[in-house]
Amino acid sequence: MAGRQAVKAYLDLMSQPCRAVLIFLKNNKIPHTVEHIAIRKGQQKTPEFTKLNPMQKVPVLEDNGFVLTESDAILKYLATTYNVPDHWYPKLPEKRARVDEYTAWHHANTRLHAATVFWLEGLLPLMTGQPTNTAKLEKALSDLDGTLDKLENMFLKRQAFLCGDDISLADLLAVCEIMQPLGSGRDVLKNRPNLLSWRSRVQSSLSDSFDEAHAIVYRLREKFTAKL
Amino acid sequence: MSLEIYLDLFSQPCRSVYIFTKKNNIQFDHKKITLFDGYQYGEEYGKINLLRKLPAIKDGDFCLAESIAIMMYLAEKFHTPDHWYPADLQKRARVNEYLSWQHTAIRTHGSRILWFKLLIPKAMGVEVPKEKLDNAVESFDGSLKLFEEKFLQGKPFIVGDQISLADLVAIVEIMQPVGAGMDVFENRPKLKAWKDRVREEIGAELFDEAHQTILSLQEEVKTMDPKKMEPLRSKILKYFLS
Repeated sequence: MAGRQAVKAYLDLMSQPCRAVLIFLKNNKIPHTVEHIAIRKGQQKTPEFTKLNPMQKVPVLEDNGFVLTESDAILKYLATTYNVPDHWYPKLPEKRARVDEYTAWHHANTRLHAATVFWLEGLLPLMTGQPTNTAKLEKALSDLDGTLDKLENMFLKRQAFLCGDDISLADLLAVCEIMQPLGSGRDVLKNRPNLLSWRSRVQSSLSDSFDEAHAIVYRLREKFTAKL
Repeated sequence: MSLEIYLDLFSQPCRSVYIFTKKNNIQFDHKKITLFDGYQYGEEYGKINLLRKLPAIKDGDFCLAESIAIMMYLAEKFHTPDHWYPADLQKRARVNEYLSWQHTAIRTHGSRILWFKLLIPKAMGVEVPKEKLDNAVESFDGSLKLFEEKFLQGKPFIVGDQISLADLVAIVEIMQPVGAGMDVFENRPKLKAWKDRVREEIGAELFDEAHQTILSLQEEVKTMDPKKMEPLRSKILKYFLS
């Protein structure tokens, strides 16, 4: 794809799917520019951004006039448009189906439950000054627990990564969600050695791009733990 | 090598897989499951799908869950007409975009309406706080508005001139609250026109056949034994009402 103009990514690195997109772009050396949209400042609600994305959400990808939302659609588009290693989104139907299976399940499971924990424990108290609703948090943690059981027993099993021997889009999306509650000081994988090993492997595979994207989460964690 | 597909047409994603396979004349061994009996929690089904959900397929030794993954896999394997899941990467991205968004939008809210309005009160005899149903309806309305303004806009189908997996997944989810007696298409002429187009493309007979279970649910609930949903009772109440 030589000679293409760089893609433009509209991102807020506090957003898990935005981090996944940035990591993928950097890791695969896909020419890109980033426009930072600060959700906490309401920048997704400007008339300009709304024109780009009426959903007022991030991430958004713009490829020479083609505007695309939804991180898993964006990642699959990038993986198939650019010459990235096959393991990200394999061409072989049965292998690809495994990644599609995870990315479908991800939305109402890993994403929903990990994000809810962070929302209740991290963002909401920060925004409202009110203490965390412990009953709701307990339910959210229980839901996340069920999800992590499935992540381990259904997807990871004895494999190195969620969909097989190599890292794929599934691992990228999952790890960014799992990292979010770290921002309020909670490592949701604490008592799960298999998933901890998996996360280490994912981090190793992604090296610099992982830590760069997650710098904001590490900073937030410092602020949170300093308060305690 | 046989293709087994585990389905209960009460379930929206089961309907999309059913319609897709029938429309494309894909031969399969139809394993009829009744979700309300709790078969999905048994040991046997655990060998097929540890996520304990429907639909699932077993293609030889290859087991696969998640309707969207299933349809993409079958589209590739059986070389279905391109419009279902276009080879053109930008058109395909549009299909993926819709399929991604809908999980926690139309699907979530439409499903809740059916449970809060019909199944929990009428089939399980448990009262549902009014705000829960009102919230679900409001959220569903919001999703439909976004559906019309962002995804459909002025086009005949979500991706353009032809039906795709996006329209199929959308319609089966939008039909779910209809099963609870909600007139989703009233005062929504654009949505109704799209629905009629989709039904025609699929084939009215196949569409209606697939939706028979959900559309006769209100009647069935009247004579349903409350014990019928016993295996699922605590899970359902925990999931929806806590």
